[in-house]
Amino acid sequence: MKDIENGFADESGPGTTRSIEYADMLLLRFGEFTLKGKNRSRFEKTVLRHVKEMIRPFPKVTLSKEFGRIYVQLNGEPAEELADVLRNVFGIASISPVKVSLSDFDDILAVSQNFLRIAAPPAGTTFKVNVRRVWKEFPYGSIEMNKLISTPLLQSYPGLLVDVKSPQMELRIEIREGHTYIFCENIAGVGGFPLGTNGKAMLLLSGGIDSPVAGWSSMRRGLEVECVHFYSFPYTSELARQKVVDLTRVLSRYAGVIKLHLVPFTEVQTSFTGIGQDNLIITLMRRAMLRIATRLAEREGALALVTGESLGQVASQTLSSMNVIGRATPLPLLRPLVMMDKSEIVELSKTVGTYDLSILPYEDCCTLFVPKSPTTNPNLRIVDKIEATLPGYSALLDAAVAGTETVTITPYGDEKPSDVVPAQAGLQEEWF
Amino acid sequence: MLYWDYAAAAPPYDEVVETVEQIMRLHYANPSSLHRAGMEAERLITRAREVCAAALAVQPHEILFTSGATESNNLAIKGAALQYQGRGRHIVTTQLEHPSVYESCRQLRELGWEVTFVAPASTGIVDPADIAAAIRPDTVLVSVMHVNNEIGTVQPLREIGQGIKAVNRRTLFHVDGVQGYGKLETRLKEWQAELYSLSPHKIRGPRGTGILVVREGTALFPLLTGGSHEHGNRAGTENVAGIVASAKAVRMSGERREDLRRQLIPLRNRLLHFIAAMPELVLNSREDGAPHIVHFSYPGMKGEVLARKLEELGMTVSTRSACSSRLAEPSRILLSMGRDVPAALGGIRISLGDIHTEADAALLEQALLAAVQSLKKAEGGMK
Repeated sequence: MKDIENGFADESGPGTTRSIEYADMLLLRFGEFTLKGKNRSRFEKTVLRHVKEMIRPFPKVTLSKEFGRIYVQLNGEPAEELADVLRNVFGIASISPVKVSLSDFDDILAVSQNFLRIAAPPAGTTFKVNVRRVWKEFPYGSIEMNKLISTPLLQSYPGLLVDVKSPQMELRIEIREGHTYIFCENIAGVGGFPLGTNGKAMLLLSGGIDSPVAGWSSMRRGLEVECVHFYSFPYTSELARQKVVDLTRVLSRYAGVIKLHLVPFTEVQTSFTGIGQDNLIITLMRRAMLRIATRLAEREGALALVTGESLGQVASQTLSSMNVIGRATPLPLLRPLVMMDKSEIVELSKTVGTYDLSILPYEDCCTLFVPKSPTTNPNLRIVDKIEATLPGYSALLDAAVAGTETVTITPYGDEKPSDVVPAQAGLQEEWF
Repeated sequence: MLYWDYAAAAPPYDEVVETVEQIMRLHYANPSSLHRAGMEAERLITRAREVCAAALAVQPHEILFTSGATESNNLAIKGAALQYQGRGRHIVTTQLEHPSVYESCRQLRELGWEVTFVAPASTGIVDPADIAAAIRPDTVLVSVMHVNNEIGTVQPLREIGQGIKAVNRRTLFHVDGVQGYGKLETRLKEWQAELYSLSPHKIRGPRGTGILVVREGTALFPLLTGGSHEHGNRAGTENVAGIVASAKAVRMSGERREDLRRQLIPLRNRLLHFIAAMPELVLNSREDGAPHIVHFSYPGMKGEVLARKLEELGMTVSTRSACSSRLAEPSRILLSMGRDVPAALGGIRISLGDIHTEADAALLEQALLAAVQSLKKAEGGMK
């Protein structure tokens, strides 16, 4: 019975979330990098470019930028969908849906009253009006306007309690030449640094839950990433490769465009199975991957490798394993998730939007040939020796690099790698 | 012979027929198979889901393919009722619904559910307040059609949705959109509908495929089991050709909606005015109804007789919804609007499509005049 009663309760907060449906404009605020002196304009330009990339599916939108902010004029495009897209732009701290009025007292008051009716805060909500007069020719000052607006608002919408210190709802009014912006809601953005402002790295993307999250975390700190995926056809399927393409496509929503390098790994991987050191297979395999990724990084001008490793999660992610495996590359090995719990990573992957893809049950090359008891404490000397004596080892790595296919993935495109098995009838867009 | 039965089945677009043929030839593989050919077939279904989702402004995973709107309606109603019986065992629907909704509700009633059948006003339109008044804490589902298949009246779905959620926000809202899609705007978010049924063959798509939109957060108890097809909601090897061609019909009909309206509304209005001027006939459709349906009664004359006479004169029309037309009973829809039995026995539905022109309408008017003239002598004697 309790359950049913809950069905009647209104769970939404003080009503402010609905203001977005009536917005004419979104106000985007920049995040922490506003503190950084000289790089500032470069950072802001990067954000603006990223925003432009993301609004491509909304052709009517127009943008304008000013100090610390970007204004997104909707011109009829859906505010909610745009806010959902734009809050994922790295470097944006928050978004406010804005209702625009003329810079005329009567119009400001009328729009504010309407705004309040739509936002419909429940009785007892603490409230404050905060006017900023940017256009100094407007006849009333900011302080004066606070009173002039709030008095009729409180009369026409009884039940609000004034609290100027920490109100639940703060109606903000910015009077500018020509137009006045009215807003109250702050939607949190994803923050971080503008994309690519901290250089480029290669992300080892397996198809599991962790590596896409590691990629997203890196991008949020301003790293540009290129993805590297190792596949072992026919031990892994086309579906596993397609899954990585799809995962990269999700990540590309945060970047606009991402390069994906698909490395044929079958020969390298199977060369480890015949040496009678099954418990070291994973160690050897991970080292080979780092070596190949390093070569690709050098080719692409990337300065680090990123992995989704989390300390102690599996045998290859113990500290001893990390030590032995990590020595295979001279590049900095960034592990954004290294100290996170699995449950936190899972939560993040749901937010990022990769979780549903990651859990598709296709075997990838990391789960292939897994020995019964992989070592958690590999011996570096033995590993070095095996690699030194493995016939044709460096030729195999060369061949893998040479056979790597690079695909450029965009959020709404349908780019795909060439087929391992030739296509059959294919998909013809004219059928739809 | 002029075909005036688009609401029962519309001729498929040429492109739809071509798509079906090509895909049947090329993509016969089972989409569940692991091999390349199977994956390609699966990819077609994925793409079809995306196309339908875009046309309906929902997410691709919210699109479920069925064998037709009858299955969609059955699944929406029985699937929701069974899934959420912990919330209660009460369903609200209207007396106007298509038999696939109406009978599903009656079946549930036999199984112990309570069903409230809300009556429309004499206009054939349901008052949202009547729906809201029927909602209780244990109401699991409300099912209301967008456009009535017999008389073409449009139900105020936005107000109905608001009313439902204001009384019980956990009550699910199913809209049978079969006669509405492609003629009127489909706004699931505005209606607050969690479930929406669609029939491609009413919008010039192929037969044998249906669509059910299931909004995220709503689960259904599957009626067909035996595989994980359609996210486990409906087992059965997918009809790849039908699904792809349906997506095409949904897209094309969505894109052409406004053109079709502009074409049909004047035609429908002239027919409405013409029929209104014939003293023997009583109009059941209204100008604020769907643009493609004109329904009238000839009180005292069985609808099927008039239909046969019109057929002799080269005009194919229906007596009522095709799914009920074999019943020699008065129309349940007309009775619920307060029409008397003679009127409810004498219904004729004319439904328009994009091939129809003013000249066709003129021919139809002449045929109507001639048919009524010739039947007039037997009027009242047929009861």
